[in-house]
Amino acid sequence: MPVISVQGLDLCYGKRQVLQDITMQVQRGEFYLIIGPNGSGKTSLLKGLANLLPIAGGRIEILGRPLTSYTRRQLAQKIAVVPQQISLDFPFTVADTVLMGRAPHLGLMRVEGAADHALATEAMHFTDVTHLADRRLDQLSGGERQRVIIARALCQQPEIILLDEPTASLDPAHQIQIMDLMERFRAEKGTTVIMVSHDLNLAALYGDRLLLLHNGRTEMVGSPVEVLIAERLAACYGCAMLVEKDSLGGMPRVTPVPQKYSQIL
Amino acid sequence: MIGRLVLITLGLGLLLALSGFLGIAIGPSGASFGDVLAIFSGKAGSQSITSTIVWQIRLPRVILAATVGATLALGGLVFQALLRNPLAEPYILGISGGSAVGAIIGLLLGLSPFPGVPLAAFSGSMLVLVLVLGLVSGQSAVNRDSMLLGGVMMNAFCGAIIMFLISVSQTSQVHQILFWLMGDFTMFNTGQLPVLLTLLPCFLLIFVLARPMNLLLAGHESAAALGVNVQLASLVLLVTTSFMVSIVVCQSGLVGFVGLVVPHILRMVLGPDHRLLVPASILGGGAYLILCDLLARTLSSTGEMPVGIVTAMIGAPLFIVLLWRSRRCR
Repeated sequence: MPVISVQGLDLCYGKRQVLQDITMQVQRGEFYLIIGPNGSGKTSLLKGLANLLPIAGGRIEILGRPLTSYTRRQLAQKIAVVPQQISLDFPFTVADTVLMGRAPHLGLMRVEGAADHALATEAMHFTDVTHLADRRLDQLSGGERQRVIIARALCQQPEIILLDEPTASLDPAHQIQIMDLMERFRAEKGTTVIMVSHDLNLAALYGDRLLLLHNGRTEMVGSPVEVLIAERLAACYGCAMLVEKDSLGGMPRVTPVPQKYSQIL
Repeated sequence: MIGRLVLITLGLGLLLALSGFLGIAIGPSGASFGDVLAIFSGKAGSQSITSTIVWQIRLPRVILAATVGATLALGGLVFQALLRNPLAEPYILGISGGSAVGAIIGLLLGLSPFPGVPLAAFSGSMLVLVLVLGLVSGQSAVNRDSMLLGGVMMNAFCGAIIMFLISVSQTSQVHQILFWLMGDFTMFNTGQLPVLLTLLPCFLLIFVLARPMNLLLAGHESAAALGVNVQLASLVLLVTTSFMVSIVVCQSGLVGFVGLVVPHILRMVLGPDHRLLVPASILGGGAYLILCDLLARTLSSTGEMPVGIVTAMIGAPLFIVLLWRSRRCR
């Protein structure tokens, strides 16, 4: 049974339709990447899966149950979301932020117990932020902050984790660090990872399957080798793409081609 | 967490009790601390003038000041969490002004002191709240400038309506309304205490929602993803806070900036956790306004001034500092 099953999904922002007739199935433990150009509906799809946007049409099932049958708290026990950014107006410490991942399991009044603190400590250790435990969130670098939010998601003990461009604005070393972390998270905890990414090469290196969106519709679903085809990418992104095999594992390596080299292709 | 909560509650409870004692003991009648202690311990005669002053005038006044301070501080805390803006508070957002307009209309229409006038005040505060929030709705992040401008605009508009209402009201009511508008605790009597009891369930409700308030600080979508029903929690918090503010505005008029000063100081000391800040704001806000009222009663040699003048003199400079700092951080 797939952990996520989407049938003919339509999503709207007000009157503007952003997704049309999306169908996808994600299996347990899969590393699933959603790619596509700006405005193709990637983040909207992620929000739809987390019930943060109302469904205009179609059906989403999470672990065999309709998404709308879950209360917010029940859903948060199954799905964790790592947003692109969080507000830092009233910053908590790293330890307090990670511990907030226990909120869906505690409800309104229950205070965190020893088991919750142990899970938060384990999550901080896993994401290598233990040494930052007493620092405030606004005092961290972008990469450190992203690892803290991932630790919070880990502390939530979800079956599915949704990440919205977690590597945006990070340097290559930190991008790999975050992707390796998610790879390890999936391997050790068996968690299903669904990630929105703009980086086609990272998607090729880590994704089991890719969903390519274009103008709010599914362009293609498949393995990186099946999806990352130069002609298809050129049509979606509106610029010439060079697709080669990388020398590491033979996965596709995508290079957008500047205008000045376009005659060479 | 529970250990810190107990410690903070005890510490600030002690501060509140001490402020209350000073508020009762100090005044123009010249009663000494010893006299007041004797009255409380039952050693002094209940018929003495000092005893009457303590039981009939100063104690009710201190209770009112503590309740108003607690409510306004808590109101500021809730608005700051919901709007993720350290400058938000009922007075600056125009919520208190809306309550005042409603209360004056209720008074002029001859509505009953309870529940007629407070309900009219509540209607006024809700109307302003809807208008101010309407100004910032649809924006991905709450825009501080437009929200504050909206609040300033609503305050000015409410001020104009109040002046209009005063200009058409009877001369005998004008002085009373003007003094009340600046924040006045002198008209309160023990018969009004039950009205203040309606605030206790509101305090409790906000304490129960302290964890969702913590999660809302990271953003509404982030809170929803952590299991918070954002619409329901926001609605309950906004309506409860507006109701509380309406009740205290009816009793004491417009007392500004308490909701800015108290949560700001407490947040600097205790951090952003609302499970600590809610009880701390109730106790700390109460102590703060008792002391402000004490200053208002004793600073001027020619008689007492409205407490709203003291809170504005402390709060307005802090507001400017916070505004300057928030602009510098952007």
